[in-house]
Amino acid sequence: MKDQGKYQALTYFQLMEVSLRELLVEKGLVTERQVADAVADMRNRTPERGARVVAHAWTHREYKTRLLENGTRACEELGLDVPALKLVVVENTPQVHNVIVCTLCSCYPRMLLGIPPDWYKSRNYRSRMVREPRAVLAEFGLKIPRQTRIRVHDSTADMRYMVLPMRPAGTQGWSEERLAALVTRDSMIGVALAKEPRSK
Amino acid sequence: MAEPRFRPGDAVRVLKAYPLGHVRTPYYIRGHTGVIERICGSFPNPEELAQMRDGLPARPLYRVRFMQKEVWPDYRGNPADVVEIEIYQHWLEPA
Amino acid sequence: MIERGHHDMGGLPAGKVKPAEHDYAEWERRADALAVLMGGKGVTVDERRRHIEALPPEAYDKLSYYERWIVALTQALLQRGIITTEELARKMTQVERRG
Repeated sequence: MKDQGKYQALTYFQLMEVSLRELLVEKGLVTERQVADAVADMRNRTPERGARVVAHAWTHREYKTRLLENGTRACEELGLDVPALKLVVVENTPQVHNVIVCTLCSCYPRMLLGIPPDWYKSRNYRSRMVREPRAVLAEFGLKIPRQTRIRVHDSTADMRYMVLPMRPAGTQGWSEERLAALVTRDSMIGVALAKEPRSK
Repeated sequence: MAEPRFRPGDAVRVLKAYPLGHVRTPYYIRGHTGVIERICGSFPNPEELAQMRDGLPARPLYRVRFMQKEVWPDYRGNPADVVEIEIYQHWLEPA
Repeated sequence: MIERGHHDMGGLPAGKVKPAEHDYAEWERRADALAVLMGGKGVTVDERRRHIEALPPEAYDKLSYYERWIVALTQALLQRGIITTEELARKMTQVERRG
């Protein structure tokens, strides 16, 4: 399984990956097929899945209640497979803004949203978000007024977190599909709001 | 499986201990006092799983809410801002 | 220095967050896949985290996320005896020679 394209010497770590994989295949512990399938599986896990959940919650009050009560079951209700995910969903309101971090490593609801972005795993984000959330959010271009409470969630153990952003104004009567397009990955981490509807 | 020791609303303090090994209670919160926000359930102990043991019996995991102004001496946000962290029962004592 | 793990960084001073993200390379996606697959065989995320936490601080800071992962996974497999250092050395040499 070689990478396509111009030949480049493998880095030490790429060499380790190839070697590890080949050893495990030789020992019958994994197959190349399983690796390819697992790669494809993770590729299919994207923020669009979370956006669907958010849009459904925005348009169905009782679903939203269930989502906040048990995030995993609510995802499964929509037919989303989220193996081993223990999801806690936290709701943004005009009074409260939520944001997620994992200071110890980079825990993230991967089975729902896919692989997290580099910055989420960075030293600067992990160090500062728990201590100065407003300053870090401002660096993302998000200014949270002082009268809004901030809840920072440090994902230290078995639970994984997703923010339910506020539904933007001016979206009455929108279909779930149209609403979902406003929900960005960053709004589900809490470093952004959902997108505003473009003025016609 | 043991009954959870704490309930939502209980005031708890995080142990001020610095043991070696794999620990999921962050350094910055040790010794601080907060309130149980919810019981997450019981899970195998990650400190033991990290050492290739089974981490059983499962033990209660809580979400604990701390006031930011209590955690950081120089905190300058809304005085009602909080940080919420999952902490295993054996790291908590009644406050 | 020992009392606080290098990974345990919540609240420490640090610089501005760079909104960097990169499209993960195939080898990184495969590293991720291997960790997930071996998780299904009992190599826990907790063990892998312990191995990441055991990296020397400079390595922790300089290695990319999946570079850390692949090292940690390798260490976990070595510790469990799923692979040996000798096997790894032989295989790495073979792969390198192959090009």
